[in-house]
Amino acid sequence: MYIIFLMIAVSVTVAAAFLGAFLWAVRSGQYDDDYTPAVRMLFDNETTPPKSKPAADKEAK
Amino acid sequence: MEAALQTNVQACYHCGDSCEDELIVAHDKAFCCTGCKTVYELLEENNLCNYYNLEETPGITGKKPVSEARFAYLDDAGVEAQLISFKSDNICKITFYIPQMHCSSCIWLLENLFKLNPGISETTVNFLRKEVSLTYFHQKTTLRDVVTLLARIGYEPEITLANTDGKKTSKPSRTIIYKLGIAGFAFGNVMLLAFPDYVDFTQGLQRTFGSFFGYLSILLSIPVFFYSARGFFTSAWEGIKQRMVNIDLPISTGLLALFFTSIFDIVTGRGPGYLDSFTGLVFFMLIGKYFQQRTFDSLSFDRDYTSYFPVSITVLKEDGEESSTAVRNLKVGDRIRIRNQELIPADAILLHGRAMIDYSFVSGESEPVEKVVGEVIYAGGRQVGESIEMEVVKEVSQGYLTQLWNDTVFNKNEEHNLHTYSNIAGKWFIIVTMLVAAGALIYWVPRDMDMAMKAFTSVLIIACPCALSLATPFVHGHTMRVFGRNKFYLKNTAVVERLAKIDTVVFDKTGTLTEPSEAELSYTGKELTESQNQAVLSVLRHSTHPLSQRISQGISGTALEVADFKEITGKGLVGEVNGMLVRVGSAAYLGVPAEKQKDTLKTTVYVSIDGVVLGYYTFYNVYRQGLQQVLQGLSDKKIAVLSGDNDHEEARLRELLGKEAELNFNQSPVQKLEYIQQLKTQENRQVLMVGDGLNDAGALKQSDAGIALSNSVTNFSPSCDAILDASAFDRLSTFLKFSKTTMTLILLTFAVSLVYNVIGLTMAVMGLFTPIVSAILMPISTLSVMTFATLSVKYAARKAGL
Repeated sequence: MYIIFLMIAVSVTVAAAFLGAFLWAVRSGQYDDDYTPAVRMLFDNETTPPKSKPAADKEAK
Repeated sequence: MEAALQTNVQACYHCGDSCEDELIVAHDKAFCCTGCKTVYELLEENNLCNYYNLEETPGITGKKPVSEARFAYLDDAGVEAQLISFKSDNICKITFYIPQMHCSSCIWLLENLFKLNPGISETTVNFLRKEVSLTYFHQKTTLRDVVTLLARIGYEPEITLANTDGKKTSKPSRTIIYKLGIAGFAFGNVMLLAFPDYVDFTQGLQRTFGSFFGYLSILLSIPVFFYSARGFFTSAWEGIKQRMVNIDLPISTGLLALFFTSIFDIVTGRGPGYLDSFTGLVFFMLIGKYFQQRTFDSLSFDRDYTSYFPVSITVLKEDGEESSTAVRNLKVGDRIRIRNQELIPADAILLHGRAMIDYSFVSGESEPVEKVVGEVIYAGGRQVGESIEMEVVKEVSQGYLTQLWNDTVFNKNEEHNLHTYSNIAGKWFIIVTMLVAAGALIYWVPRDMDMAMKAFTSVLIIACPCALSLATPFVHGHTMRVFGRNKFYLKNTAVVERLAKIDTVVFDKTGTLTEPSEAELSYTGKELTESQNQAVLSVLRHSTHPLSQRISQGISGTALEVADFKEITGKGLVGEVNGMLVRVGSAAYLGVPAEKQKDTLKTTVYVSIDGVVLGYYTFYNVYRQGLQQVLQGLSDKKIAVLSGDNDHEEARLRELLGKEAELNFNQSPVQKLEYIQQLKTQENRQVLMVGDGLNDAGALKQSDAGIALSNSVTNFSPSCDAILDASAFDRLSTFLKFSKTTMTLILLTFAVSLVYNVIGLTMAVMGLFTPIVSAILMPISTLSVMTFATLSVKYAARKAGL
């Protein structure tokens, strides 16, 4: 039955780790803007393939 | 059929405006102006056309080209230092406010700025705050280049004098989130530890681990007590110091009783204590606080004149060369040039050009005022028409407007509104609680000392009006959101309660009751024939004078050739059309005798053809749509109008507002403020002020609730309690009625929470209150109050059509 001491200790530690993660997330500004990231993640990196422009050609050469 | 019609007028591929005036077809796409085309080409060249795929016609019209020389002041190291938030050897960080931002395409383009200017390393958009945080390499590019680029693609950042004041916009406070997180963590864990106490078959478990669980719970509750719940204790203490009772006092009493009873119980081994209830209550109440704190981030409610003034101005050097200077560095004697639609930043003497100053925002006069060379023009006016040259006579900080603003009467003494429903309820609560607790003590002491202490603390615990304190934030928070959806933005939730108590509504006239951009034209006199009308129009088209432009907009027809056109400054126009000599201008110019002039207060423009005066044009203000509706809705309130304008519209206003209304004309900003003060102190009224300009700023501050009306909510508006989008003006009375309804809802919610308190109190007095009862009663009461508040506001809003 004394295993409960250990289990409680483990569970509180895990919970504390999550609390730490939460505090870190707030501190790093993740809770400052709850709208833009949701839009940002939907952007594709490049939808149109880069066209061969004169400028780009020169750089390529 | 409709589709065919639509193709006739093409929509601009970039901004979506209809290409009525000109149509430019390039790259198989239609553009409404060269500005839009240039932006498209720039994006196309840099392979950024994804911009157009994310949203249809996301662009911002390029019809108003910005003169890029305007940004020269950004090269000034001093200005740069005031604007940027961080600078190292390599990089600079700066945050811009860009009100034009409106869709996900905007976010995408702004975050891909580095493709347009390799000197920019990173941009991050905060869409809700309409802010862009930008990092750039200051060796590769300059601040000016960055701003010019933004302006070129249509996202000109708003840089005003306020930005250079060093008042960096405050970041949203994260404290409440920390508190909420810690309280939530403790609540979850303490509840887990307390669970064995609730069920019978774990009795054995409880005996073995009881004290261990108890001490662990204390450990977990300590941060909640000292950190998360601190706000309630400090607020209650502040109240006591001012000899006031607020809602936080009974809450604090309850929380203290809960916490210390629990510690006492655990330490002495009497029982498991109420720590799960304690942490839970703090957690739920913080949710309410969090809910209350959320506001409209992108809107600014506390602006002063510095947000209205530009940062830079064109200064003419002695050799006539133009250079851009920061407004703050303007010195007496500087010669400045003000172009069409630019703002005059400092009091100055007119040296050259014809000044037509639009003071509508500063003084409320509806018509532009003509000034002649040599006159002093006060800061804050906007030049309409040609560009003018002026000499500064007073520094910006000494100007008339600035002085007015800094006047102490303009500063409302921020009295804490203590007479809110919840504070009044809190006062009664503490009285009743103390009486009941004392009663329980008196009853039990002779019978059972242990029971007496138990009943006493139980009463204190259960009387904690947590559900009560949740009712207000939830009802108000939802109301604020309902208003926001309908384009009425409140500064904070307390405004709802103040709106509900309003019994007097004071309106500003110019720009509030009237549509600022429109004026109705009326012609009085001998009717003009078709050809005469055309002749008058032809002459007017040649003039850039604002009045000529306004009249010519009101006359339909095509312009003809004008011979011998002449414009006499300050008087009028003359020209020959088809052999008719047309003269248009002031009464004096056309020789109309003074006694024949009617309505001298109105702006009149006389017309004569071949030397015969035929009649005159006058302007009427156009009242906002839905004004009638609003006034009908406000019929139970006292109505007043304060206008900075003259009284030529009195008859029309009287007709609109009815006999009871008080009309005051020629009011200065200070008079407006005093009028509001008088209403409040002498007649003891709850005043709502609706205004739009700087001239209303004092009145808006002084009133119980000040609403600034704005055609575009992100534009400058004077400091106020709420911003109302002009398109929602017709709903003003509905908003007021709805805030009244919400107060009834709060009372109902109070009633719901009282039921729980009465049940709990009865049990407490009888000494039956146990941790288990507390653990059941507490979540049920808070959750049902939250649900009731949310649903009732939603239902009421639907019923009110909001």
